Amino acid sequence: MLHAAYLMPLLALAGFLVLVAVGRRAGDPVAGWIGTVAVAGAFVVACLVLVCLFREPESQRLFVHNYFTWIHSGGLTVPIGIQVDPLSITMCMFITGVSALIHLYSIGYMKGDPDYSKFFIYLNLFVFSMLVLVLADNLLLTFVGWEGVGVCSYWLVSFWFRRDSAASAGKKAFIYNRIGDVGFLAAIFLIFEKTGTLQYEGGPGGGVFGQLHHLGGGTGTAAVLLLFLAATGKSAQIPLFNWLPDAMEGPTPVSALIHAATMVTAGVYLLCRMNHLLALSHTGLEVIAIVGGVTAFVAATIACAQQDIKKVLAFSTVSQIGYMVLAVGCGAYVAAIFLMVAHAFFKGLLFLAAGSVIHGLDDEQDLKRMGALRKVMKWTTFTFTVGFLAIAGIPPLAGFWAKGDVLENAYAHYKVLWALGLLTAVLTAYYMSRLQILAFGDDPRWDKIGPNGEPAHHTPHESPWVMRLPLVILAVAAFFAGALNLPWVHHYSLSNFLAPVFAGSLYNDHLGRGAVWALSLTDIAAAVIGVILAAALWRGAQVDKPRLEPQFLQRVWYWDDFYDAVIGRPGQKLATFLAWVVDARVIDGAVNGAASLVRATGSASRKLQTGYVRNYALGISLGMALIVAFLFSRTWWS
Amino acid sequence: MSLSGAWYLGLAAVVFSIGAIGLLVRRNVLIMFMCIELMLNAANLTFVTFARMLGDIGGQAIVFFVLVVAAAEVVVGLGIVVTNYRRRSTTVADDLNSLKG
Repeated sequence: MLHAAYLMPLLALAGFLVLVAVGRRAGDPVAGWIGTVAVAGAFVVACLVLVCLFREPESQRLFVHNYFTWIHSGGLTVPIGIQVDPLSITMCMFITGVSALIHLYSIGYMKGDPDYSKFFIYLNLFVFSMLVLVLADNLLLTFVGWEGVGVCSYWLVSFWFRRDSAASAGKKAFIYNRIGDVGFLAAIFLIFEKTGTLQYEGGPGGGVFGQLHHLGGGTGTAAVLLLFLAATGKSAQIPLFNWLPDAMEGPTPVSALIHAATMVTAGVYLLCRMNHLLALSHTGLEVIAIVGGVTAFVAATIACAQQDIKKVLAFSTVSQIGYMVLAVGCGAYVAAIFLMVAHAFFKGLLFLAAGSVIHGLDDEQDLKRMGALRKVMKWTTFTFTVGFLAIAGIPPLAGFWAKGDVLENAYAHYKVLWALGLLTAVLTAYYMSRLQILAFGDDPRWDKIGPNGEPAHHTPHESPWVMRLPLVILAVAAFFAGALNLPWVHHYSLSNFLAPVFAGSLYNDHLGRGAVWALSLTDIAAAVIGVILAAALWRGAQVDKPRLEPQFLQRVWYWDDFYDAVIGRPGQKLATFLAWVVDARVIDGAVNGAASLVRATGSASRKLQTGYVRNYALGISLGMALIVAFLFSRTWWS
Repeated sequence: MSLSGAWYLGLAAVVFSIGAIGLLVRRNVLIMFMCIELMLNAANLTFVTFARMLGDIGGQAIVFFVLVVAAAEVVVGLGIVVTNYRRRSTTVADDLNSLKG
């Protein structure tokens, strides 16, 4: 049954093709149901494959199958093949599961959109690409999936492309990702150059992981850093994180699926997949840990000052992925994956609940114009609260366990980064409580005129059941996902399941029981402090508190302005220079110069054409005389 | 007695020069035509002379071609002259300078 794993991407692809063919005719809501059923089918297959994988003995939970050779050129052979192992199947499980729920949700959310079927076409194509990314058994096929999700992200961010901001946000996302992709490609070239293969495992010489001895020293570090550059692009880490907040221009289900649960974690997945390579480079891991920790902190501070409900969640996503990257940097891959799964549940849930709010309030996203939604949107409020408690790190919800794992490893590895992570945890609890209070607590503000004279909103309505059902399921998942990897459960845990994939490169923190308890209590204290702080500061009718929302944070640490000043404007100047000086003067000058030269020659030589026959006759005579003189001279001189 | 070939050649040179100078100095298109004929026939005379002197029939054969070409040229040329005269009432070559660059 393991070989049936290829059905997962194929089902998504089938959904995509069917929708391309008949989507527009099927329309609203049939097109949505087609897409949902396709992805739900993929989820069922994922469950079956998982069960089959469980029935294999632990050491043999690796299934690589090549269907055919895709590229064969010289020493390069790239097959189309899948690799089913605990890591890829864990990814597939939550990708297909969360995707199916978000597809279902979108049926309600996108209702009445003129491009209804197109939305599901993109969404299904995205799921296909994502599954290719995680199931691929070689770097190049992973790269294909990587680009596929990138382009789907671009299409979906600028889905409402008639809005200028959406169109440019799509471009921004795409370009930032391209910068990372350069790193990915360069890493692929480097790895192929040194090992002669691109397959992870299997194939001649045991694949890349069998040839790691060719990647020692500086080469290994270079490959790790290049891969990490790719990850910073896709997973929105410093220095390439600015695109993710802008990507919130897309429809909310897209933010939930692509920019929270699945695609943005692809960078972390890539690093986990290449764990044996990462283990070779201590420097590389250090860089990864530092970037992750700093990103987590920076993004969390920014989230404290955002007014747009989706922007808060977007920066929160950046921050949480920062935690995952920090975990990877510590060698704690299981903790990274655990947080990724938990995050997919609670962040997907938070985004969908936020979408429900936006839907109910006629596309209002400003937190300052919400308030007291608990009275009119009971389901949304309840599920959002579960998500909020989970991300804030309140036990026994998923976030507590997952974040605890990360911080524990950070503590054992880099004390400074642990402190930063703990501070981030306080901030996380703080900004999420602020969001919760502003949106659902206190008195309504949506029934008042907005600060810029926007008209008051109608009474918000609760969303239809297709939107509520995913919320409830995700809330349950976000509540209980911690059970996947409880510290006192050893056999049936994510750690044990994933252990064979990471084998020797997995870091073991060897912390004593007392230290673990102390760290857990610290985490709880951090969460509680954050919540209390937010409650103390943000309760009450007064919501304009400029001192708590400094410009510095609202403007994202002036990060965009920095890029604008350092890259954007000089780039623009260079382009202007090229357009008005190089192009106009040099290139046009050369072309026009050639033309002028010809014209000048022509003007000069046309004077020869007098129009008088006698002049021509004289010319002929003189010419003849010259020829005769020449002939005579030859005769005399020879 | 027979004259030596040089006399014929000298005569041809004189006739050719008359034709060439006439072509350069005269303005009337018809006169210029006659001058061209003079030059052509001077060339013919040279051909024949050399044919006799060198005993090669080729020179005499060429003359026929030259005659045919001259006849054709006259036909075309006079046609142009007559047409031009009808349109512009002139046979002065210098008046026909519309091809001036």
